[in-house]
Amino acid sequence: MRHFSLRTLLTEAANAHQGWARQWRAPEPKPAYDAIIVGGGGHGLATAYYMAQEHGMRNIAVLEKGWIGGGNTGRNTTIIRSNYLYDESAAIYDHAVKLWEGLSQALNYNVMYSARGVLMLAHNQHDVQSFKRHVYANRLNGVDNEWLTPEQAKAFCPPLNISPDIRYPVLGGALQRRGGVARHDAVAWGYARGADALGVDIIQNCEVTGIVRGSDGAVTGVETTKGPIRTPRIGVVAAGHTSVIMAMAGVRMPLESFPLQALVSEPVKPVFPCVLMSNAVHAYISQSDKGELVIGAGTDQYVSYSQQGGLHITTHTLDAICELFPQFSRLRLLRNWGGIVDVTPDRSPIIGRTPVPGLFVNCGWGTGGFKATPGSGHVFAWTVAKGEPHPINAPFTLDRFRTGRLIDEAAAAAVAH
Amino acid sequence: MAQPCRLPAGGRIDRAKPLRLRFNGRDIEAYAGDSVAAALLANGVRLVGRSFKYHRPRGILSHGSDEPNALLQVDRGPGRIDPNNRATVVEAADGIAVSSQNHWPSLEHDLGAVNDLLSPVLPAGFYYKTFMWPQSFWQRVYEPKIRAAAGLGVAPHEADADRYVHRHAHCAVLVVGGGPAGLAAALAASDDGARVILADEQPEFGGTLLHDLHATIDGAPAGDWRAQALATLAARANVTLLPRTTAFGYYNHNHIALVERVGDHRARQDDRRPRERLWQVRARQVVLATGAHERPLVFADNDRPGIMLAESVRVFINRYAVAPGRRIVFATSGASAYAAAADAKAAGLDVTLVDIRAEAECGPGPAMLRARGIDVLPAHTIVGSTGRKAVTGLIVAPVDANGIVGPRRTLACDGVGMSGGWTPAVHLFSQSRGKLRYDDAIDAFVPGTPAQAERSAGAARGIYDLAACLADGWAAGGGAARDFAATPSPTGFRPVRALPTDADAKRVKAFVDFQNDVTAKDIALAVREGFESVEHVKRYTTTGMATDQGKTSNMAALGLVAEILDRPVPQVGTTTFRPPYTPVTFGTIVGSARGALFDPIRVAPLHDWAAAHGARFENVGLWRRAWHFPRPGEDMHAAVRRECRAVRESVGIFDASTLGKIEVVGRDAAEFLHRIYINAWLKLEPGRCRYGVMLKEDGFIFDDGVVARMAPDRFHVTTTTGGAARVLAHMEDYLQTEWPDLEVFLTSVSEQWAVIALQGPRARDVLAPLVEGIDLAAASFPHMAVRTGTICGVPTRLFRVSFTGELGYEINVPADYARAVWEALWARGQEFGITPYGTEAMHVLRAERGFIIVGQETDGTVTPDDVGLGGMIARAKADFVGKRSLARPDMLKPDRKQLVGLLADAPDLVLEEGAQIVADPHQPIPMTMLGHVTSSYWSDACGRAIALALVSGGRARMGQTLHVTTPTGFAPARVAAPVFFDPKGERVHG
Repeated sequence: MRHFSLRTLLTEAANAHQGWARQWRAPEPKPAYDAIIVGGGGHGLATAYYMAQEHGMRNIAVLEKGWIGGGNTGRNTTIIRSNYLYDESAAIYDHAVKLWEGLSQALNYNVMYSARGVLMLAHNQHDVQSFKRHVYANRLNGVDNEWLTPEQAKAFCPPLNISPDIRYPVLGGALQRRGGVARHDAVAWGYARGADALGVDIIQNCEVTGIVRGSDGAVTGVETTKGPIRTPRIGVVAAGHTSVIMAMAGVRMPLESFPLQALVSEPVKPVFPCVLMSNAVHAYISQSDKGELVIGAGTDQYVSYSQQGGLHITTHTLDAICELFPQFSRLRLLRNWGGIVDVTPDRSPIIGRTPVPGLFVNCGWGTGGFKATPGSGHVFAWTVAKGEPHPINAPFTLDRFRTGRLIDEAAAAAVAH
Repeated sequence: MAQPCRLPAGGRIDRAKPLRLRFNGRDIEAYAGDSVAAALLANGVRLVGRSFKYHRPRGILSHGSDEPNALLQVDRGPGRIDPNNRATVVEAADGIAVSSQNHWPSLEHDLGAVNDLLSPVLPAGFYYKTFMWPQSFWQRVYEPKIRAAAGLGVAPHEADADRYVHRHAHCAVLVVGGGPAGLAAALAASDDGARVILADEQPEFGGTLLHDLHATIDGAPAGDWRAQALATLAARANVTLLPRTTAFGYYNHNHIALVERVGDHRARQDDRRPRERLWQVRARQVVLATGAHERPLVFADNDRPGIMLAESVRVFINRYAVAPGRRIVFATSGASAYAAAADAKAAGLDVTLVDIRAEAECGPGPAMLRARGIDVLPAHTIVGSTGRKAVTGLIVAPVDANGIVGPRRTLACDGVGMSGGWTPAVHLFSQSRGKLRYDDAIDAFVPGTPAQAERSAGAARGIYDLAACLADGWAAGGGAARDFAATPSPTGFRPVRALPTDADAKRVKAFVDFQNDVTAKDIALAVREGFESVEHVKRYTTTGMATDQGKTSNMAALGLVAEILDRPVPQVGTTTFRPPYTPVTFGTIVGSARGALFDPIRVAPLHDWAAAHGARFENVGLWRRAWHFPRPGEDMHAAVRRECRAVRESVGIFDASTLGKIEVVGRDAAEFLHRIYINAWLKLEPGRCRYGVMLKEDGFIFDDGVVARMAPDRFHVTTTTGGAARVLAHMEDYLQTEWPDLEVFLTSVSEQWAVIALQGPRARDVLAPLVEGIDLAAASFPHMAVRTGTICGVPTRLFRVSFTGELGYEINVPADYARAVWEALWARGQEFGITPYGTEAMHVLRAERGFIIVGQETDGTVTPDDVGLGGMIARAKADFVGKRSLARPDMLKPDRKQLVGLLADAPDLVLEEGAQIVADPHQPIPMTMLGHVTSSYWSDACGRAIALALVSGGRARMGQTLHVTTPTGFAPARVAAPVFFDPKGERVHG
């Protein structure tokens, strides 16, 4: 793998950049692998990278039906934070944040992790109570999160309107300073390049059409649009389409898929320093390095695989943005898109074994999967490599919906994102 | 000389209406009908902006909404300043001030242009390869610098002074685009009286007919045909004409969103007029006659100010009477530029035309031009341009069939019109989820199979001949097949990617995406690095991601990728088109949903009384509820203490109208409730009430409330304030999908009944004189009963219930009479010191008695048993919603979090709601948390602070001391029963 640095960039500049090689190969699938990851999004690529990097599994492949990073990895609003309420959630998301902090260096790929702080606004007494519950729980879990008064929130985020006369005045906020954003595409590409360099085959335009099982029920391979491939281990990381893949192995998943929308404004000079979220009015916003305001909208109310949501969802979000930031009313909507999010009954992911031997699954990240990418890949790599969960993902079993041991962040916090 | 580049005659501008605008502080004279771009060109202004990355000098490339370069800030006065306006779209209006962006210190002398010199180290994606050392520098040093350099214009700092409105409309046919095809479609569609809407993004309908001066249609000049068509449409009552209206979004079920620009083109904003209007149209049929965009040619330094699209040169000359230059070189790979060249010559300009194609491929064009005295150079390529802030020459060279480039020569010029072919505007078609099809003959994607009731027509589907466009539009509008006679349009085109050059292609800047400064070598680099999918190329190089969304660049980029990979274009694919077609003002989408109308405030019928009596309010969902009633000099704490005391000692009055109310009626109403709630309902007598708890399928508490049986087949259900809508939806869901056999009817009556809670030992004394037809005696009207009768002559459903633990009534009366009844109670209660109380006192009073509030003691993870209500479950019931989940192993564990009381060792310490609870405050982090404080108040009745908490295995911890987080550390507190006052609950029976 050619090292990326200012020096190599200068060297190549002298060479009109003719010397750069492919960042990852485009191999044809081999007849068999030690393990196959289904889904070339950030989570799947990270899984493959850590399997190769930390568990020495080099004879593995990532199968992607389209192009890598083309699903929710490339469609989200790139928010990263770990101030979740429950111990289990805080552990996995904070595991991810710790990996984010050194990810550019680890991958030698600038993923532009920018810990500019995530500020969540409280607009009513219920929010205040809920956010304080989070702040206290995070403190005892060693996760940074602090309560801000409206004035402190305004100082941290100067464009914020803290007038008591607006519809839902800001009563305070919870700030996680280590939270921030990263460049989503670079995460997929960086992991792909890193995994490829360790020998992982990343096979694009290769759709899995079947899961093959032996007489004992264990998986023995997959059928794909590029032919059959044998493997004793399959890790399914297919986000919104996980249900479809798992059905090929006869496993019904407790997932619902919804279109979730996001949008950006035209680029403007720096005007918004942090990430701001308001669940009460349903708005979240940050500004990309390119200058676009990046705004997250909600999900449609009905399940769908259509990557297009209704205009009314966008409208409601922009209503909220312009209420909090009336000066943004004259900015323009540049792009509005949707992705399919896979949502579990308790809004927490499923990461672990399945009833089918050799088949593992990592899904159900709902509206908040991007932030977990490194942590999710890291613990899932362990799970697939060792055949048993890492302690951090041990609670996130598929079985919990049978036992009732739910990890319900949405219910607990009215914060589903 | 004013307007040195204005042609002496012609154009569609109104020379009788001069106007003046300002550009970078300089006066610009113009005429009504000019675009800002036309006004600038008329005044000889070429340099109007700087590019995004390299800060290259840029001029005006196009004449329409595809413009990537000429982005200006427009200032129409305070609160009316906004960035990134395309000069080609903004209409010149008297008094507006426009200015260029993204430069320092000035447009002419921009230090950012150093990036152009550094460009060898700034190729596509360079930022992924560097800025990684040292780790902390990304956020502290590199990113702030990059952010400051990026970002085009400056965001407004003031609130928007303009107003925006919404309209919804239905029609039989919506025609998008008012060029020849669109006009023909609208004529055909409206012929039989069907409702038709015709929208066009430009100020005038006509499309190419506005600048095609020589064409004829059915024997008449095309301009006359246009005028006649418009007159016909305007005279039809069933036709709505929407000029200045851009269809920007195509959603499901033929739902089209359009933005109409109403105010900006007027010199002074009429305050009553909105700036923009959002139209949301549902059309039975949509006709997309959205035309096509011309493609630039890709050659070295193809971005100098003065180099524009060939058709745009023609538009500026014919439509605006502006000479974009005096010596113009046209460079083309197709026939359409020949018409532009002829028109330029006719306007008295010096014209040369260079065609990449061999003479034999060029058809009759060269002869036609040579007859007009124009020098035509076929079989020539363009290898560069000269000039810096304005083009001074085009460097051309002969090229043979094998691509061998001959000697260079420079054609001196001050304007260039280039044409690399046309790209149909398929954006809306693609948004509608229609499948695109690649058409080899025109080297472009065209609409394939529609996904909705839609037809594309004319140039939008690659039909460029005028007569064919008209016939196609007519057919798309539903007209019977007919032919149009029109001047044949010049045809012939050879797709070219990067033009052949003798220079080192690896080192020249041949722009593909002008705004984002993406060059052909950037595309090549991306492909070399393995970014082969067009989506990858787009994201890695940022091509097509600028504010023009790649209207001029997408096909060029795609073609280059296909060429490098040596694959057919369709195998490389195309990106998905997303709304909006052109950028849309946030305010337009928001419309009137600002300020008080953002989320309309819900108020109960007694809100005005509370406001008049000094209430402070809190937001609860959409509601605004009276929080407490401070007297002069009282703080919240003092007011709440006084209000609580009044209820405990005498009588308080409370507006409980926000409670959700659902009338559940029908033969199976009791059976329905029996399945919805955890407790039993079949044997509840009419005239009695019962407290009910309902779960979701997951077994967790969803809502609660008192339900009264008014008659054997009629129940009055109450829900929490916040739960009203979702409980009704939950009930409807089960009724319609799970138990359609039950005969039950659900009606929301939340707003029909106002609820006045009268609570305290003297409640009956206040109530008695006002009630008729109800025996209030305790024996005949016990706690948890309901009666109907009248109060103050008003029909009432009178509940004897209590959320305070005192003797109490909830008086339901029709909302319109609530104020009168309240006033009567208020007057009657004066002798007992009747006291209005708010939600805070209500919370304290119920907490003293240990009553839960759903959403405070519960959070969607709490079972009935967790909050001590397990005994309510009717075990004998065959089923109820959530029953199965309650049997899951985790729901039965002894260490579940259970509701307990918590008494801080310091009696006056009010613990924080949300505070976490641990057994050992000295354990290392991460600590084991046992639960959290759900409610916490000062209680006068108890003479100390009290709290409710959910604690792991809490009921087995009675008397234990635990430790509760505070802002500064921990406070010790003792676990107690979650009832602090009147533990036997005797006072309600008073």
